[in-house]
Amino acid sequence: MKILTVCSTGLGSSFMTQLNIDKALKELGVTGVETDHRDLGSVSPGDADVIFVGRDIADAAKDLGDVVVLDSLIDMKEIKEKLIEALKRHGVAVPGEEQA
Amino acid sequence: MNGVLKVLLDIFRQPSVIVALISLIGLALQRKPATDIMKGTIRTFVGFLVLAAGAGVVTNALDPFGDMFQHAFHVQGVVPNNEAIVGTVLVKYGSVAALIFFFGMIVNVILSATSYFKYVYLSGHVAFYMATMITVIFVAAGFQTWQTLLWGSIAQGLVVTLSPAVVQPFMKKVTGTDDVALGHTGGSGIALGGLVATLTRSKKHPSKSTEDINFPKNLGFLRDTTVIVALSMAVIYVIVALFAGPAYIESKLSNGQNFIVYVIIEAATFSAGVYIILAGVRVVLGEIVPAFKGISEHLVKNAKPALDVPVTFTFAPNAVLIGFLSSFVGGIVGMTVMAVAHTTVIIPGVVAHFMTGGATGVIGNGAGGRRGAVLGSFVNGLVITFLPLLLLPVLGSVGKGAATYSDADFGVAGIFLGYLNKAGGQIAIIAGLVIVLILVYVASYFLNRRKNTIADAADVAEKTQATA
Repeated sequence: MKILTVCSTGLGSSFMTQLNIDKALKELGVTGVETDHRDLGSVSPGDADVIFVGRDIADAAKDLGDVVVLDSLIDMKEIKEKLIEALKRHGVAVPGEEQA
Repeated sequence: MNGVLKVLLDIFRQPSVIVALISLIGLALQRKPATDIMKGTIRTFVGFLVLAAGAGVVTNALDPFGDMFQHAFHVQGVVPNNEAIVGTVLVKYGSVAALIFFFGMIVNVILSATSYFKYVYLSGHVAFYMATMITVIFVAAGFQTWQTLLWGSIAQGLVVTLSPAVVQPFMKKVTGTDDVALGHTGGSGIALGGLVATLTRSKKHPSKSTEDINFPKNLGFLRDTTVIVALSMAVIYVIVALFAGPAYIESKLSNGQNFIVYVIIEAATFSAGVYIILAGVRVVLGEIVPAFKGISEHLVKNAKPALDVPVTFTFAPNAVLIGFLSSFVGGIVGMTVMAVAHTTVIIPGVVAHFMTGGATGVIGNGAGGRRGAVLGSFVNGLVITFLPLLLLPVLGSVGKGAATYSDADFGVAGIFLGYLNKAGGQIAIIAGLVIVLILVYVASYFLNRRKNTIADAADVAEKTQATA
């Protein structure tokens, strides 16, 4: 499974979100998920199974497939919750869910 | 023997090699498996060469623009675009800039571990851009390489530690916590915008939040960097081309190709170059920033990560667009003033107005509602138009090109260092840096004492309540 984080330049906030998702995946004990960050202009539908964006670019990203919109890019709790939902949607087991 | 030394020098003079080595260290510190280390190091090596190739594309597209502008208006026109200028500088001073970036991170960690200002700067790309500017100024001041590295890294560390600190009072109002800071080279302009928003706030008729407005959704395409750069540059190129006239362009620049077709292709090529540079920067930083994040989390207690501006965008998306437009208007006003005064003309850089203007909109909205968002961003727009003008003379030969640094922190830090050099040479720069360092620790002493007094007072209050 592949998760992409996207922001307008693909440099700063998408990168930070990616690192936070990596951290959450580790805490949840999920392995085998590939993550990367990209700018809005170079993502096309099908590049990833799930795409995480901030709500400021939600509208521009809505046609990219399974898009998860984050209300805040810094809220670890929200990232974790939405990540668990997305993982389940794609049939990935989440061993560490109880502790989350 | 000399032959070996020459080969070694040839290797280590290559910026791509230095950057790859930094990446190698970063990956090794994260204890990645050997295959990952090799993959990441080679990716960074190639990524830097991608970046350098993009710099060539941007420069080639920008050269005819400079010529047209000169011919049309008889003054120099300069586009503030970080990617364009950084690309050019890196080709020349890449090794030194990469090392200042790297050691600047270490200074940042030391400062945040030992002072009151616990901001760990995680926006690697803008920190990288800042390192290139500091390199240019120290080289222009005639420092030897080891001195450039030493003092440049201290300057870099100070800038990335203090920039988030000045925005933090306003950032707190937006995010509602003190746990996250803003790390962007627009910091000082954004803070000034926040200050303006606070000062113009009316107690009697508080301005409503921007988020109550139903904004048209079709401005969403503005968030795509490639599109917005190509579009805005096309508009600017066509306007300048109309003033320069078809005769000049078709005889001197385009080799007979229709002048409008020619400039639109050049504008799109500029955007293509920025796209390539961004792709290169992304690869180069991909291996280094995670290592820095991991290390700083271990070493600095209660560190506040300073993150890129779009972190603020999610808090008030409407304010972003209002801030961008208002900042851009500020840029146009500034440009008009320069044109009338016959100075070098700073053309509004759309990316800078979007990023820093957008963030100022959010910060201004947090401090003073709609009025705060509009006025704060307008001031930011003026600031990022006039600061680049003052910055140009201290950039040496780099300041004579058609591109320059855009955001406010480049202006503040560059003007501080550059004019110290003009006033008193290398000694003045060193003295200035030492004084700032001392001030950081003096301020930390008093701020920590105040924090402790408040904490003590709270403790006492709690105890009194408990006994009562």
